[in-house]
Amino acid sequence: MVSAKKENAARWVFAGCAALSILCVALICWFLFANGLPAILEIGPMKFLFSSTWAPDQNQFGIWTMIAGSLILGAGAIILGVPLGVLCAVFLAYYCPKKLYKPFKFSIDLLAGIPSIVFGFFGLTLLVPILQQLFPGISGKGVLTASILLAMMILPTIVSVCENALQNVDPSYYEASRALGAGHDRTVFFVCLPAAKQGVLTAIVLGIGRAVGETMAVIMVAGNAAILPASLLSPLRTLTTGIVLEMSYASGLHREALIGMGCVLFVLVLVLNLGFMMLRKKETV
Amino acid sequence: MNHSIIQAKDVCVFYNDKQALHGISMEIPEQSITALIGPSGCGKSTFLRCLNRMNDLIANCRVEGSIVLEEEEVTGKIDVNLLRKRVGMVFQKPNPFPMSIFDNVAYGPRTHGIRNKAELEKIVIEALKQASLYDEVKDDLKKSALGLSGGQQQRLCIARALAADPQVLLMDEPTSALDPISTAKIEELCLELKKRYTIIMVTHNLQQAMRIADQTAFFYQGDLIEYGESKTLFTNPAHPKTRDYVTGRFG
Repeated sequence: MVSAKKENAARWVFAGCAALSILCVALICWFLFANGLPAILEIGPMKFLFSSTWAPDQNQFGIWTMIAGSLILGAGAIILGVPLGVLCAVFLAYYCPKKLYKPFKFSIDLLAGIPSIVFGFFGLTLLVPILQQLFPGISGKGVLTASILLAMMILPTIVSVCENALQNVDPSYYEASRALGAGHDRTVFFVCLPAAKQGVLTAIVLGIGRAVGETMAVIMVAGNAAILPASLLSPLRTLTTGIVLEMSYASGLHREALIGMGCVLFVLVLVLNLGFMMLRKKETV
Repeated sequence: MNHSIIQAKDVCVFYNDKQALHGISMEIPEQSITALIGPSGCGKSTFLRCLNRMNDLIANCRVEGSIVLEEEEVTGKIDVNLLRKRVGMVFQKPNPFPMSIFDNVAYGPRTHGIRNKAELEKIVIEALKQASLYDEVKDDLKKSALGLSGGQQQRLCIARALAADPQVLLMDEPTSALDPISTAKIEELCLELKKRYTIIMVTHNLQQAMRIADQTAFFYQGDLIEYGESKTLFTNPAHPKTRDYVTGRFG
């Protein structure tokens, strides 16, 4: 009887912890939408989302340039980071000499622990000057710089998720492929890697979430002009940087519009995640 | 006995310093089923894996002696991938790749350079028919192989091995993970396949060896104790160890 009571109590404690984390999500949602939605409705949802004019001093609150900015950087980071990260994971799982494995793995994990502001400094003091030299006459801050930096930042996540997936591939697939007369390379790229595609998709989801949500590093190398970027070298502003740049002095509708941008960011990341999750489900069936 | 396709002479295998096989010599006749039996750890699987050099994948494994496949020495410097194309293998646990049924069977021929779609299709269908799986899956070739039952998966693995056009088929306890009905199907299939291929099968199932193997080899602690016609080996074994094993006194 006592143990049953104890178990019951334990169950309530666990349920309480679970409820608390759900409460956090609910509170954030409530705060975000309660403060953001009225502003979006006041400005007009279509105008807010799809107008490219962001001029708070003239009461113009169109955030399309920043939505586009976030999507472009998300895509840029994935395009640069995923192939690199996947190949890096393949190296770790199938080619890395035993002696090199630990130092290699350690340095990639270290990359994950670097604060984003430090990444920003790195971009500002190394990437920006390099790009300035490569393409004279530009500021060096923009789509390409920010994408490279974000790719570096999502690299550790992609590598570890993919490597994990590759390590979990049934070793009998490898054996079967070798027994059919396929070499090591063919086996790795045509059997093991496809068998781990779930992991690759998970890595993309996590990477895109990180890239779209990243703020401090981006603000230092993106140029931050609220325009639609015309080329890989032109500056851009994302939703996150847009909020940070103006939150300190904004008031009234301007301030609420910034919170509205937070809502849009929240929904954007949610939609991207759901999309990839559906893709993953489809792959499983 | 048919003309022998494989001649093994004094084959010794070492894992690090531990010797797993002590000078195995045997000849394997073509177009027949040869069963390798013996208690766990007796070296029968190790010997099987010498025949297609799968032991190469194990670090610190050393093979000595000579194995000749149709006049060609296979223990030396040869193209191992080409050898494995000639000597196919089916494993204990059905291990189809997580891709479609078609792609599973086409994997071998694609690996060996066949790209032509019509040709691939012909090979795949032929292999599936040989593995008596075609009628069950002909409408589902695009579906994932992982949706098949265990017995079907194992026949798919046989089809996958056959599609690479081997001469010899190695089977490492191919039915030990299957139910009796699937097992019976695979045995029936083996009897059909031996008309074209040489089958060498490791099995723990003595009845199975008795039912389908033309000759049986009994391994014990890394030695080949007795090798001969299955009927003789099971009913009138020459060696007392063999007698004890086949009558179930140990194993």
